[in-house]
Amino acid sequence: MSTDVMSSHHAAGHDHEHDHDSGGNTVFGFWLYLMTDCVLFACVFATYAVLVNHTAGGPSGKEIFELPYVLGETFLLLISSCTYGFSMLAAHRGSKSQALGWLAATFLLGAGFIGMEINEFHHLIVEGFGPDRSAFLSSFFTLVGMHGLHVTAGLVWMLVLMAQIKTRGLTPQNNTRLMCLSLFWHFLDIVWICVFTIVYLMGVAA
Amino acid sequence: MFGKLTLESVPFHEPIIMVTIAVVALLGFAVVAALTYYRQWGYLWSEWLTSVDHKKIGVMYILVALIMLVRGFADAIMMRAQLAMAQGSEQGFLPPEHYDQIFTAHGVIMIIFMAMPFMVGLMNIAVPLQIGARDVAFPFLNSLSFWLFAAGAILVNISLGVGEFARTGWVAYPPLAELGYSPGVGVDYYIWALQLSGLGTLLTGVNFLVTVFKMRTPGMTLMKMPIFTWACTFTNILIVASFPILTATLGLLTLDRYLDMHFFTNELGGNAMMYINLFWAWGHPEVYILILPAFGIFSEVISTFSGKKLFGYTSMVWASGAITLLGFVVWLHHFFTMGSGANVNAFFGVATMIISVPTGVKLFSWLFTMFRGRVRFTTPVLWTLGFMVTFTIGGMTGVLLAVPGADYVLHNSLFLIAHFHNTIIGGAVFGYLAGFTFWFPKAFGFKLDERLGKGAFWCWITGFFVAFMPLYVLGFMGMTRRLNHYDNPMWQPYLIVAFCGAALIFCGILFQIAQLIVSFKNREQLRDLTGDPWGGRTLEWSTSSPPPFYNFAELPTVHNIDAFYDMKEKGTAYQRPASYSPIHMPKNTAAGVVIGLLGAVFGFAMVWHIWWLAGLSFLGMIATFIVRSYNQDVDYYVQPDEIERIENQHHARFEAHGQALNTTSFAEQV
Repeated sequence: MSTDVMSSHHAAGHDHEHDHDSGGNTVFGFWLYLMTDCVLFACVFATYAVLVNHTAGGPSGKEIFELPYVLGETFLLLISSCTYGFSMLAAHRGSKSQALGWLAATFLLGAGFIGMEINEFHHLIVEGFGPDRSAFLSSFFTLVGMHGLHVTAGLVWMLVLMAQIKTRGLTPQNNTRLMCLSLFWHFLDIVWICVFTIVYLMGVAA
Repeated sequence: MFGKLTLESVPFHEPIIMVTIAVVALLGFAVVAALTYYRQWGYLWSEWLTSVDHKKIGVMYILVALIMLVRGFADAIMMRAQLAMAQGSEQGFLPPEHYDQIFTAHGVIMIIFMAMPFMVGLMNIAVPLQIGARDVAFPFLNSLSFWLFAAGAILVNISLGVGEFARTGWVAYPPLAELGYSPGVGVDYYIWALQLSGLGTLLTGVNFLVTVFKMRTPGMTLMKMPIFTWACTFTNILIVASFPILTATLGLLTLDRYLDMHFFTNELGGNAMMYINLFWAWGHPEVYILILPAFGIFSEVISTFSGKKLFGYTSMVWASGAITLLGFVVWLHHFFTMGSGANVNAFFGVATMIISVPTGVKLFSWLFTMFRGRVRFTTPVLWTLGFMVTFTIGGMTGVLLAVPGADYVLHNSLFLIAHFHNTIIGGAVFGYLAGFTFWFPKAFGFKLDERLGKGAFWCWITGFFVAFMPLYVLGFMGMTRRLNHYDNPMWQPYLIVAFCGAALIFCGILFQIAQLIVSFKNREQLRDLTGDPWGGRTLEWSTSSPPPFYNFAELPTVHNIDAFYDMKEKGTAYQRPASYSPIHMPKNTAAGVVIGLLGAVFGFAMVWHIWWLAGLSFLGMIATFIVRSYNQDVDYYVQPDEIERIENQHHARFEAHGQALNTTSFAEQV
């Protein structure tokens, strides 16, 4: 690590490569942030695990989860991770239009995922199985909803980034941001796999 | 339109609160008037509020911390005064509903809004200088962190005059903190104040970890980092690992209160004990977040003023690492009485006792550092020695409480109160005050008055013992915490003594205020012209006091743990380069202060259920962030001629001071 620091500072003497907020630092910092997000999710997962059987006379997961529907959601999100990967590859090739096209595809898939999730929540609430019904449902809505809020934030970020790439091109700054959003998007994918397994699969199996 | 907010929300019938608000308003008006009269608004805005300079952000953190210290202390002395009199038929001057808010506010303020910003402020001032960096990794994020923290502080203070604060104790345990038992806005103020400032702290943790891991000056390997930087690094690891737990916990409590969910409620399957577990899974690491940097300060102070390198640097680093790790496996000792079973309690009891081992290692290292050194008894050293005695007592009572059986007797008694004040005042606060005196000349260019500083120390330490030793006794006599009235005449003498102790600490605070005023008046005599007022050993002392905004004209190369001492020994200190290269620096930005203040508005709107305002301010925060992301004019280069001009000024003052460029004369002079 120290040699990295030294070499970057030797470089500083020549081309004035600045020593703060450069791309590498940003990506490392974003990694650290993702780890804190991971702890946040871990807390809510743990809470869910504690409360999963506290149905208080209300429905359990087995009674309300529609696995095929959620599988559809899952595939939307997983495919969106692929399309994001294609966008990154296009960006590496320097192809702005392809990168933007794949980002747009990712956005649509992500938006589809959120739409399906909202629909699922809406159904449950209409049937009287809202988050205020039992501790189990509180933790279910919170865990899944928190993931959904993260995806929504990712979508907003994606829109802004698409606008920035469109007007400014694939600048080093935009590439760094593309990289950070990529980490974020794949991270949310991994979290969703945990949600799908622990909440839905184990819920239906129980 | 205004949600739950009406004119009745202002407690006009409470004379104590109204007088306080009048005084604060008067002071605030005086400050505003002075700023306007002397036309300083522009200066304040461009040089401070929008600054991304880590040194200035550090100063602002500490300024808020000192103000909040006074506020938190006012709460403390009111409680001590109440308990000194409220025995038997005497009811004292604080009714229960007010008293409950006071002890909650005291705890929240002292931990979240006094100790945390004091620690973060010292870290901001010292760490980048110690590692030879010109700024932190993300200067804008640093400013944003400060303003999010400030937003939380603003909310806590607004709660004094508009509405109420929580009556739950600083831990806000459910079901008491749930809507059913706390229907007012107090807990909501608590939630949003902690949430905002917690977010700021989290960002600080990320920022400083990247800074320390990526921006050290050439030659400074990890095991050549100054010990305070190491301590802060472990603290930052604790922050990024534990603050998300607080965010999650408060978030769940918010959902319970705002959306009628059932995480911690009594009914429909909620589990209040889960809150207690989650809270302390953050809360216990938080204790080490506060104490580790203080340990780092003591190490720097004792090594500098003993004129010796720190004894056992490596074991100090590993001891901090061990404390960091163990800090995560002891949270359950805060609630042995929950009844998790003998085996679980035993595990956490033993883990707790094990923490005293690395702490003991540190204590012996400090003792051995002083051994055969020429200790100069300056104010920072007095704080350090006072700490060593006080903290050892606090540590031992802690080990006592770690025995689950004993804890069943002492849980929630004043013994516990005495114990944690023993470690937090005698450990963290003494450390920050030592660091404050130690780095004050670095930040402001002049030293603090030593005589008044020593007066403050002696008042604080005697006041501390007089105030808290009786509490240990009262704990054994069965007095529990959070009482505003009691019927046992046996307790009263001890509580009167404790009040006298608080009065002594008050004298200490008066000494400190006097010290600041007198030192400012005599700043020319106290001026530090060399940048190295104490015969320092680490890089922050190699630059001028206060340092230029770019910290180092040329990045120093490090060969030794005590890098600057090493340079002075080898005669390479103060060497000027033949020419300067341009320095890349970040530009100031208003985005941090705008987002922070919008955050305060958002928190206020959420507290009072003013939904349109909450939505608007939240959108405003996001929009500001997006606008900021469009701004590409965020940095610039300082040109060599400007650097040369600034450096020439420093060296001219330096020469005029007539200092020879070797270390021994420094040490002897101090």
